[in-house]
Amino acid sequence: MNLALIIDLASWVCLLAGSFFCVVGGIGLLRMPDFYTRVHAASLTDTLGAGLILLGLLLQAGFTLVGAKLVMIGLLIFFASPTGSHALTRAALVRGIAPQLADPPEASSSKP
Amino acid sequence: MPGSWRTFSLFLFLLLFWWLLSGMPAPFLLAAGVGSALLVVWFARRLNIDDHEGHPVHLAWHALFFYWPWLLKEIAVSAWQVCRIVLDPKLPISPTLVRFKPSQITDVGLVIHANSITLTPGTISVEVSREEFLVHALTREGAAGVQAGGAMDRRVSALESWPRMFS
Amino acid sequence: MFAAAAIALLVTAALALARAALGPTVFDRLQAANTIGTCAMLLVAVMGFLNGRPEFLDLAIIYGLLNVIGMVAVLKFFRKGKLGEADE
Repeated sequence: MNLALIIDLASWVCLLAGSFFCVVGGIGLLRMPDFYTRVHAASLTDTLGAGLILLGLLLQAGFTLVGAKLVMIGLLIFFASPTGSHALTRAALVRGIAPQLADPPEASSSKP
Repeated sequence: MPGSWRTFSLFLFLLLFWWLLSGMPAPFLLAAGVGSALLVVWFARRLNIDDHEGHPVHLAWHALFFYWPWLLKEIAVSAWQVCRIVLDPKLPISPTLVRFKPSQITDVGLVIHANSITLTPGTISVEVSREEFLVHALTREGAAGVQAGGAMDRRVSALESWPRMFS
Repeated sequence: MFAAAAIALLVTAALALARAALGPTVFDRLQAANTIGTCAMLLVAVMGFLNGRPEFLDLAIIYGLLNVIGMVAVLKFFRKGKLGEADE
């Protein structure tokens, strides 16, 4: 019974922390100045936000089929989300969307 | 690892996947699972994707117990840094592009390296080739973290070369 | 506690929706769509637990798959103008 309480508590902490990271990722998506930095903010939601929420649910589910499916969702995000981000940024670079850089290499500067 | 063993392990993985998704040990469903797993294995053989790239099970042991725990720790640390940057009122970002030459030999190693860079918040691999990685980093400190001979580069190289003595 | 996570996911989806509406380039909108997809997938999973029906997880898996494949398909469509040909 005591152990159940500890597991419940841990899963709540994971769910709340995951929710926090998700919302921070959303805020970053709005605050960041250009496309490439927005992808960084969104990867916060994709990795730690999603991971912690899934971990919280996994602690509730335990070693069941439901837990196995949660692990599957986690692995899917783990493998697919970076591939998606890479495809997106590469397509943007090929399209000619120049990133704003802190110290521009040699050509025209964009950041004030 | 000989090809027939790899194909057999692909079959086992597919069967496990089917069983976890269905969750019912009824004889008919299990038989259907064996049938569809065999069908997919046959497709994979015809497409020639049941090789060391399509089903890199020889990396599983090292990846599961040595590489992934380290990668998860890296993800947590850099996610916390990105989180603090996003919530900082001044938004202290210094976006940087870095180019470097990865030290991996195999294509699987290069893909693992590029995916790990992208998975870590704060760095994205934009261009990936055998000669050069182009990485966009949110801060200069993050850009300094990825480089030839850096921690991630060394660990991925160790991961890809570890099972060579068994293959 | 599940309800709190569900509300947070809805807030994130709303923020991403704002970015999709504002986003100057098509890639900003695509990134926002991807984030909304991730949030929807997690929301389906959380709602399953909230209602005591974890069978919803199957739907979450399908949603995640569609999210990734959909984004890559849209990107390819933007680059090629059609989906039928092999890449490069």
